[in-house]
Amino acid sequence: MTSGAVSIRNVSKAFGTFTALDNVSLDIEPGEFLTLLGPSGSGKTTLLNVIAGFERPDSGSLLVDGVEFITKPPHKRDLGMVFQNYALFPHMDVFNNVAYPLKLRGLAAAETRERVRQALETVQMAHLSGRRITELSGGQKQRVALARAIVFEPKLLLMDEPLSALDKNLREHMQIELKRLHDRLGMTTIYVTHDQQEALTMSNRIAVLRNGGIVQLDTPKHIYDRPNCRFVASFMGETRMLPVGRSGDGYEFAGRRLKLAQPPSAADAQWLVVRPERLGWHGDEARDNRIDGLVVDVVYRGDSHSISLKLPGDHEISIRRAPTEDKPLPEPGQTLTLWLKPEASVLVEEAP
Amino acid sequence: MLSRAASSTQITHGQRLWLYGLVALVMAFLVIPCLIIIPLSFSDSQYLEFPPRGWSLRWYEAFFTSHEWLRSAVVSLKVACSTTILATVLGTLASYGLHKRAGNLDPIVRGALMLPMMVPLIFVAIGAFFVYSRLDLNNTLTGLVLAHTTLAIPFVIIAVSNGLASFDANQERAARSLGASPLRAFLTVTLPQIRISVISGMLFAFVTSFDEVVVSLFISSGATSTLTKRMFANIRDQVDPTVAAISSMLVVLSIVVLIAAQFVRRDGVKATDNR
Amino acid sequence: MTAAALDTQPLNAGLLGDDERRHRLAMFGLSVPAMLLVALVLLVPFSWLAWLSLFDASGALSAENYARLLRPAYVNSFVSTLEVAALVTGVCILLGYPVAYLLSQLPKRAAQILLVFVILPFWTSVLVRTYAWLVLLQREGIINTWLKQLGLISESLPLVNNLTGTVIGMVHVMLPFLILPLYASMRAIDPVYLRAAANCGASPAQAFRQVFLPLSAPGLGAGAALTFVLCLGFYLTPALLGGGRVAMWSTQIADAVAKFANWGAASALSVALLVVTGLILWLMKWGVRRLGTSLGER
Repeated sequence: MTSGAVSIRNVSKAFGTFTALDNVSLDIEPGEFLTLLGPSGSGKTTLLNVIAGFERPDSGSLLVDGVEFITKPPHKRDLGMVFQNYALFPHMDVFNNVAYPLKLRGLAAAETRERVRQALETVQMAHLSGRRITELSGGQKQRVALARAIVFEPKLLLMDEPLSALDKNLREHMQIELKRLHDRLGMTTIYVTHDQQEALTMSNRIAVLRNGGIVQLDTPKHIYDRPNCRFVASFMGETRMLPVGRSGDGYEFAGRRLKLAQPPSAADAQWLVVRPERLGWHGDEARDNRIDGLVVDVVYRGDSHSISLKLPGDHEISIRRAPTEDKPLPEPGQTLTLWLKPEASVLVEEAP
Repeated sequence: MLSRAASSTQITHGQRLWLYGLVALVMAFLVIPCLIIIPLSFSDSQYLEFPPRGWSLRWYEAFFTSHEWLRSAVVSLKVACSTTILATVLGTLASYGLHKRAGNLDPIVRGALMLPMMVPLIFVAIGAFFVYSRLDLNNTLTGLVLAHTTLAIPFVIIAVSNGLASFDANQERAARSLGASPLRAFLTVTLPQIRISVISGMLFAFVTSFDEVVVSLFISSGATSTLTKRMFANIRDQVDPTVAAISSMLVVLSIVVLIAAQFVRRDGVKATDNR
Repeated sequence: MTAAALDTQPLNAGLLGDDERRHRLAMFGLSVPAMLLVALVLLVPFSWLAWLSLFDASGALSAENYARLLRPAYVNSFVSTLEVAALVTGVCILLGYPVAYLLSQLPKRAAQILLVFVILPFWTSVLVRTYAWLVLLQREGIINTWLKQLGLISESLPLVNNLTGTVIGMVHVMLPFLILPLYASMRAIDPVYLRAAANCGASPAQAFRQVFLPLSAPGLGAGAALTFVLCLGFYLTPALLGGGRVAMWSTQIADAVAKFANWGAASALSVALLVVTGLILWLMKWGVRRLGTSLGER
């Protein structure tokens, strides 16, 4: 039985004059972990709400395992959802929160107890089953919300920025845990976030959204290494965009012809994507692309030195110098030569 | 103490004594008429003096042995209870519908539903009297309940709308995503969490009906006279200290309701604090 | 619809549109029962009466009912209604502003306890309070007896069945309506403004006059407007404490119906009262805004 295949077709939604979703189409494989990534106002939450049935689009179609869902009320969609603020019911204890969907489905008391126990064990919360919601920490609430969303074995699991309320350490820990849980349960998961790190860590594929449309849909590695436009490139990681010019049938930067491992995806590429961690201290003039920068200041950081460089075209970038680096520490005012390998030299256009 | 700063402007308590005195007088003005009636009602004479020369329960006895007074008290209680139920149900339904934003007509609907609170009672009185005379509803309990419910609906809507405004919309969405129908989600998730507002709406509705005079003056009489209508007639036509006894009981009732409202509120605050 | 037309339609747009309309209708439906009741008790009879006010006794269209409003008896009652309302509002401001001010400056807990003194009368039946005033103020009532025992007066003062009694009783009823919103608006004034004024060298009196007063003006205006408008249509207290000597708009309306069964006159009076009330509310809303800004500029 295939289960949890989602097919979104031409979904549009406007709020007054604001276009929240602009003719979005997207196919999600059964068992896939797909992340909708974008800044606020990009339409990612609206799209999730359309899938959940909380938002009625103006037009479009939503097929889940070949069945039209678009006018189905939320309670008949059978999908689990974890909310940003968890939305646990404060007037019920942990057990009753998790048992709620089972009671609605008319399960016998014994079976309800057993399945709630299993779900709580899955998220390591079985020992707190009698607690009141108000007595739980943020991380515990997160786990209970997850247990409640999976206890009735929905075809789809939707998550709306579920980790954003947690502190940084816990957030990173929960990312790994969610990923393991997904591997174990194999439920199709649609995850909304504005945090690129989260998206890269957890997803099978990422859909980057902007202004109500999908800009790029690809694996985390491709999204990071081969962004298809300036927006995606600058949204992922700490990125500087350096303007490039045409030179014959190729491209040039600061008077030097760029060596590329593969031609740019777009015909009129205008920007070289530069990420600090891809800049090497050693390179080969014949093989690699050379970038010269003027050292502005050097800051000691304990585990490394941080060096601010001014690149041609008035772009500033900060790079790390590891203590193991054998090149001498530059001084402010000096010129530093850095190298970018052709595989790491990516050219993008302004917009897709 | 008197030289200590009393506020952000560094004015001292001493410099503000006159203000404390004035406020104390105003507070006394506000509260004394509500409370003085209680000792007066235990007077043993026809004349109400303070302090009373002799004490007795004769005016309470007069009330509890009077068929007419008791009958109108029962009418008032019946009407107030029915009004409480009807106004709470209708007002909560309307608040919920308005909260969900049905469309462009919402402000007009809300405005119309607030009207009974804003227009002078005398309008409602003559309007109801006028239309009831064509529907044969004058001097009926049904007529009283309908009129009082109309008056109470705005208070319920204000209370319940406040509750819904601070209620997390995701709570209901969560219930829906877990498989609850709209009605089920409302009853099992929304209603338990806005109960404080609904209960304070109910208290308002009860008091609105039980204390209402002007409309009842016009649309009730004889066997359907409410307690307040009979009291009004009594106050205007004769000096009967039985009214003092009834008034004292009403004052005690309002104090009880006030305390109940405070308790309900404190409970609600506790629930939200823990959230 | 032809196949070609279907192609140009966005996917499922018709279906989704119907769904949205159904949902809205259902939500609108929830307020229908309450609306029906308000219509039955208030809107229908009032529109009906307003319509009737346009006809004379013989059923012919005429302005007779409105012309009647110009008779001295009615004109006097308009004037005295406005006078009483203005007087009561004025006294309420004089008594209520200091109370709201002091409460707003006290710690929240203390203020909440003292607010009980304002809320208790608010919750107590108007009829009971009016009765209490009658007992306190009448010729051989408690206040007159005490004043005589203290030797301050030899003859009983006429405190009730006249304007004095009416105003005292109405002030007592209206004061909470002024204090409660005024207190809420004063609480919202950040004390940092007063500290800033003191820091700039303003004396406490100057800081109050130049900073607090203008900031509290909108709240005061709103509370005063509410009080004034409530006074215009107030029936119970004038009817009991006025002793028939204070002819207010509302008592005229009641008399027209109850004593004379003159629906035409009652309707015309009601329409006029409604128009005047609306007009005053609108004017005050406009005036309060002006007042707030002009006090701030001074």
